[in-house]
Amino acid sequence: MGSAKDIVEFCGVARYLFTDFPLGNPCGRPYDLETQEGIINAAMDLLESATAPMTTVQTPYVWDETSEWKDNYMKVDDSNRALLLELGRQRMAAQATVKKR
Amino acid sequence: MRDDVVRYMDRSRKYYEAHGYINAYRWAHYETVPIATLSKPLKDCVITLVTTAMPDSSFSGEKDRFHIGDMSVTPDSFYTKERFWDKDATHTDDVSSFFPIEQLRRLSEEGRIGGLSSRYYCVPTEYSQRCTIEHDAPAVLQSCIEDKVDAALLIPL
Repeated sequence: MGSAKDIVEFCGVARYLFTDFPLGNPCGRPYDLETQEGIINAAMDLLESATAPMTTVQTPYVWDETSEWKDNYMKVDDSNRALLLELGRQRMAAQATVKKR
Repeated sequence: MRDDVVRYMDRSRKYYEAHGYINAYRWAHYETVPIATLSKPLKDCVITLVTTAMPDSSFSGEKDRFHIGDMSVTPDSFYTKERFWDKDATHTDDVSSFFPIEQLRRLSEEGRIGGLSSRYYCVPTEYSQRCTIEHDAPAVLQSCIEDKVDAALLIPL
Protein backbone atom coordinates (compact mmCIF):
# COMPACT_ATOMS: atom_id res chain seq x y z
CA MET A 1 0.00 0.00 0.00
CA GLY A 2 1.50 3.34 -0.93
CA SER A 3 1.46 6.56 -2.87
CA ALA A 4 4.85 6.67 -4.63
CA LYS A 5 3.73 4.65 -7.64
CA ASP A 6 6.84 5.01 -9.76
CA ILE A 7 9.16 3.93 -6.93
CA VAL A 8 7.14 0.89 -5.86
CA GLU A 9 6.63 -0.31 -9.43
CA PHE A 10 10.30 0.25 -10.30
CA CYS A 11 11.27 -1.89 -7.30
CA GLY A 12 8.63 -4.51 -8.04
CA VAL A 13 6.25 -6.04 -5.50
CA ALA A 14 3.78 -8.91 -5.56
CA ARG A 15 0.67 -6.73 -5.16
CA TYR A 16 0.41 -2.97 -4.97
CA LEU A 17 -2.55 -0.89 -3.84
CA PHE A 18 -1.95 2.64 -5.08
CA THR A 19 -3.72 5.68 -3.65
CA ASP A 20 -2.91 8.96 -5.38
CA PHE A 21 -2.47 11.03 -2.23
CA PRO A 22 0.47 13.16 -1.04
CA LEU A 23 3.14 11.02 0.61
CA GLY A 24 2.29 10.37 4.26
CA ASN A 25 -1.28 9.04 4.16
CA PRO A 26 -1.27 5.86 2.06
CA CYS A 27 -4.08 4.39 4.19
CA GLY A 28 -6.46 7.31 3.87
CA ARG A 29 -6.95 10.96 4.57
CA PRO A 30 -6.38 11.80 8.28
CA TYR A 31 -9.51 11.27 10.40
CA ASP A 32 -11.53 10.23 7.33
CA LEU A 33 -12.87 6.86 8.46
CA GLU A 34 -14.84 6.25 5.27
CA THR A 35 -11.78 6.58 3.04
CA GLN A 36 -9.64 4.57 5.45
CA GLU A 37 -12.17 1.73 5.50
CA GLY A 38 -12.43 1.83 1.71
CA ILE A 39 -8.67 1.56 1.30
CA ILE A 40 -8.13 -1.33 3.73
CA ASN A 41 -11.00 -3.23 2.13
CA ALA A 42 -9.49 -2.63 -1.30
CA ALA A 43 -6.20 -3.99 0.06
CA MET A 44 -7.95 -7.14 1.28
CA ASP A 45 -9.71 -7.53 -2.09
CA LEU A 46 -6.34 -7.33 -3.83
CA LEU A 47 -4.77 -9.79 -1.40
CA GLU A 48 -7.51 -12.29 -2.23
CA SER A 49 -7.73 -11.74 -5.96
CA ALA A 50 -4.23 -11.18 -7.37
CA THR A 51 -2.70 -14.22 -9.04
CA ALA A 52 0.20 -12.61 -10.92
CA PRO A 53 3.11 -10.61 -9.43
CA MET A 54 3.39 -6.85 -9.98
CA THR A 55 -0.38 -6.44 -9.93
CA THR A 56 -1.28 -2.79 -9.31
CA VAL A 57 -4.76 -1.59 -8.35
CA GLN A 58 -5.59 2.10 -7.86
CA THR A 59 -8.19 3.21 -5.32
CA PRO A 60 -10.75 5.78 -6.55
CA TYR A 61 -9.96 8.47 -3.99
CA VAL A 62 -8.88 11.99 -4.94
CA TRP A 63 -6.97 14.25 -2.53
CA ASP A 64 -8.46 17.54 -3.75
CA GLU A 65 -9.75 19.18 -6.88
CA THR A 66 -6.73 21.41 -7.47
CA SER A 67 -3.95 18.77 -7.30
CA GLU A 68 -1.55 21.62 -6.49
CA TRP A 69 0.35 19.33 -4.13
CA LYS A 70 1.56 17.41 -7.18
CA ASP A 71 3.50 20.47 -8.36
CA ASN A 72 4.74 21.65 -5.00
CA TYR A 73 6.45 18.55 -3.58
CA MET A 74 10.26 18.82 -3.93
CA LYS A 75 9.78 21.71 -6.30
CA VAL A 76 12.89 23.27 -7.83
CA ASP A 77 12.55 26.56 -9.67
CA ASP A 78 14.12 30.01 -9.76
CA SER A 79 12.39 30.96 -6.52
CA ASN A 80 14.34 28.42 -4.42
CA ARG A 81 17.34 27.33 -6.51
CA ALA A 82 19.87 29.50 -4.63
CA LEU A 83 18.45 28.47 -1.26
CA LEU A 84 18.62 24.75 -2.06
CA LEU A 85 22.21 25.07 -3.22
CA GLU A 86 23.15 26.86 -0.02
CA LEU A 87 21.38 24.22 2.10
CA GLY A 88 23.27 21.54 0.20
CA ARG A 89 26.59 23.30 0.86
CA GLN A 90 25.81 23.56 4.57
CA ARG A 91 24.80 19.91 4.79
CA MET A 92 27.88 18.68 2.96
CA ALA A 93 30.09 20.78 5.22
CA ALA A 94 28.40 19.31 8.30
CA GLN A 95 28.84 15.77 6.92
CA ALA A 96 32.53 16.44 6.21
CA THR A 97 32.98 17.62 9.81
CA VAL A 98 31.40 14.44 11.15
CA LYS A 99 33.67 12.26 8.97
CA LYS A 100 36.82 14.03 10.25
CA ARG A 101 36.00 13.19 13.85
CA MET B 1 -8.56 17.34 -10.88
CA ARG B 2 -5.58 15.78 -12.62
CA ASP B 3 -4.84 12.11 -13.12
CA ASP B 4 -1.12 12.50 -13.79
CA VAL B 5 1.01 10.73 -11.20
CA VAL B 6 3.96 12.41 -9.46
CA ARG B 7 7.24 11.00 -10.75
CA TYR B 8 9.05 10.87 -7.44
CA MET B 9 12.27 9.36 -8.79
CA ASP B 10 12.75 12.21 -11.28
CA ARG B 11 11.58 14.76 -8.75
CA SER B 12 14.02 13.67 -6.04
CA ARG B 13 16.90 13.37 -8.52
CA LYS B 14 16.43 16.99 -9.59
CA TYR B 15 15.90 18.10 -6.01
CA TYR B 16 19.20 16.68 -4.81
CA GLU B 17 21.03 17.88 -7.91
CA ALA B 18 19.83 21.36 -6.94
CA HIS B 19 21.48 20.81 -3.54
CA GLY B 20 24.76 20.07 -5.30
CA TYR B 21 24.78 16.31 -4.89
CA ILE B 22 26.32 14.63 -7.91
CA ASN B 23 25.67 10.94 -7.34
CA ALA B 24 22.00 10.10 -7.82
CA TYR B 25 20.37 7.56 -5.52
CA ARG B 26 20.10 4.10 -7.06
CA TRP B 27 16.62 2.78 -6.40
CA ALA B 28 16.07 -0.90 -5.75
CA HIS B 29 14.94 -2.66 -8.91
CA TYR B 30 13.89 -6.22 -9.68
CA GLU B 31 13.02 -7.54 -13.13
CA THR B 32 11.04 -10.41 -11.70
CA VAL B 33 9.12 -10.67 -8.46
CA PRO B 34 7.55 -13.74 -6.82
CA ILE B 35 3.99 -13.96 -5.58
CA ALA B 36 2.46 -16.34 -3.06
CA THR B 37 -1.32 -16.54 -3.18
CA LEU B 38 -3.25 -17.17 0.01
CA SER B 39 -3.22 -20.80 1.05
CA LYS B 40 -6.46 -20.47 3.02
CA PRO B 41 -9.52 -18.19 3.06
CA LEU B 42 -8.85 -14.60 4.12
CA LYS B 43 -11.21 -15.04 7.07
CA ASP B 44 -8.71 -17.53 8.53
CA CYS B 45 -5.56 -15.51 7.76
CA VAL B 46 -3.29 -13.79 10.28
CA ILE B 47 -2.16 -10.38 9.01
CA THR B 48 0.81 -8.25 10.06
CA LEU B 49 2.01 -4.72 9.31
CA VAL B 50 5.38 -3.36 8.22
CA THR B 51 5.86 0.42 8.36
CA THR B 52 8.77 2.80 7.75
CA ALA B 53 7.99 4.87 10.88
CA MET B 54 8.26 3.86 14.53
CA PRO B 55 6.12 4.70 17.59
CA ASP B 56 7.18 7.81 19.49
CA SER B 57 6.94 5.71 22.67
CA SER B 58 9.75 3.48 21.39
CA PHE B 59 11.91 6.23 19.92
CA SER B 60 15.09 6.83 21.90
CA GLY B 61 15.48 10.44 20.80
CA GLU B 62 18.41 9.76 18.50
CA LYS B 63 18.06 7.83 15.26
CA ASP B 64 15.01 5.72 14.53
CA ARG B 65 15.85 2.09 14.02
CA PHE B 66 14.52 -1.37 13.27
CA HIS B 67 11.88 -2.14 15.85
CA ILE B 68 9.39 -4.90 16.61
CA GLY B 69 6.16 -3.67 18.21
CA ASP B 70 3.34 -5.20 20.24
CA MET B 71 0.23 -5.38 18.04
CA SER B 72 -2.10 -5.45 21.06
CA VAL B 73 -1.28 -1.80 21.71
CA THR B 74 -2.20 0.91 19.21
CA PRO B 75 0.53 3.59 19.32
CA ASP B 76 -0.77 7.10 19.96
CA SER B 77 1.74 8.61 17.56
CA PHE B 78 4.70 7.76 15.37
CA TYR B 79 8.07 9.42 14.87
CA THR B 80 7.86 10.43 11.22
CA LYS B 81 9.98 13.57 11.12
CA GLU B 82 12.90 12.03 9.27
CA ARG B 83 10.80 10.20 6.69
CA PHE B 84 10.07 11.75 3.32
CA TRP B 85 6.42 12.68 3.14
CA ASP B 86 4.61 15.78 2.01
CA LYS B 87 4.93 18.02 5.05
CA ASP B 88 3.27 20.93 3.22
CA ALA B 89 0.16 19.11 1.99
CA THR B 90 -0.69 16.89 4.95
CA HIS B 91 0.33 15.56 8.38
CA THR B 92 0.79 12.24 10.17
CA ASP B 93 -1.12 13.04 13.36
CA ASP B 94 -3.72 10.36 12.63
CA VAL B 95 -1.97 6.99 12.98
CA SER B 96 -4.70 5.29 10.95
CA SER B 97 -3.76 7.32 7.89
CA PHE B 98 -0.56 5.30 7.45
CA PHE B 99 -0.67 2.43 9.96
CA PRO B 100 -4.04 0.62 9.64
CA ILE B 101 -4.01 -1.29 12.91
CA GLU B 102 -7.47 -0.07 13.92
CA GLN B 103 -8.90 -0.84 10.48
CA LEU B 104 -7.52 -4.39 10.68
CA ARG B 105 -8.90 -4.78 14.17
CA ARG B 106 -12.37 -3.91 12.85
CA LEU B 107 -11.96 -6.37 9.94
CA SER B 108 -11.05 -9.04 12.47
CA GLU B 109 -14.14 -8.26 14.55
CA GLU B 110 -16.27 -8.42 11.40
CA GLY B 111 -14.73 -11.78 10.55
CA ARG B 112 -13.22 -10.67 7.23
CA ILE B 113 -9.71 -11.62 8.40
CA GLY B 114 -8.66 -14.28 10.89
CA GLY B 115 -6.82 -11.81 13.10
CA LEU B 116 -3.77 -9.65 13.61
CA SER B 117 -0.36 -11.09 14.39
CA SER B 118 1.07 -10.49 17.84
CA ARG B 119 3.85 -8.26 16.48
CA TYR B 120 4.33 -5.55 13.86
CA TYR B 121 7.52 -4.22 12.30
CA CYS B 122 9.13 -0.81 11.94
CA VAL B 123 11.77 -0.66 9.24
CA PRO B 124 12.88 2.98 8.93
CA THR B 125 14.13 3.92 5.51
CA GLU B 126 17.80 2.96 5.23
CA TYR B 127 19.96 4.22 2.44
CA SER B 128 21.72 0.88 2.65
CA GLN B 129 19.85 -1.68 0.57
CA ARG B 130 22.35 -4.19 1.91
CA CYS B 131 21.13 -3.56 5.47
CA THR B 132 17.53 -4.02 4.34
CA ILE B 133 18.29 -7.21 2.43
CA GLU B 134 20.75 -8.83 4.84
CA HIS B 135 19.37 -7.76 8.23
CA ASP B 136 15.92 -6.20 8.33
CA ALA B 137 14.05 -8.37 5.82
CA PRO B 138 15.33 -11.71 7.21
CA ALA B 139 14.47 -10.57 10.75
CA VAL B 140 10.90 -9.70 9.71
CA LEU B 141 10.55 -12.99 7.84
CA GLN B 142 11.80 -15.09 10.74
CA SER B 143 9.46 -13.35 13.15
CA CYS B 144 6.51 -13.78 10.76
CA ILE B 145 7.23 -17.50 10.51
CA GLU B 146 7.32 -17.77 14.31
CA ASP B 147 4.01 -15.91 14.56
CA LYS B 148 2.41 -18.02 11.78
CA VAL B 149 1.64 -14.89 9.74
CA ASP B 150 -0.21 -15.51 6.46
CA ALA B 151 0.15 -12.07 4.90
CA ALA B 152 2.10 -8.87 5.55
CA LEU B 153 1.02 -5.40 4.49
CA LEU B 154 4.09 -3.30 3.64
CA ILE B 155 3.18 0.37 3.96
CA PRO B 156 5.92 2.96 3.41
CA LEU B 157 5.05 6.48 4.44
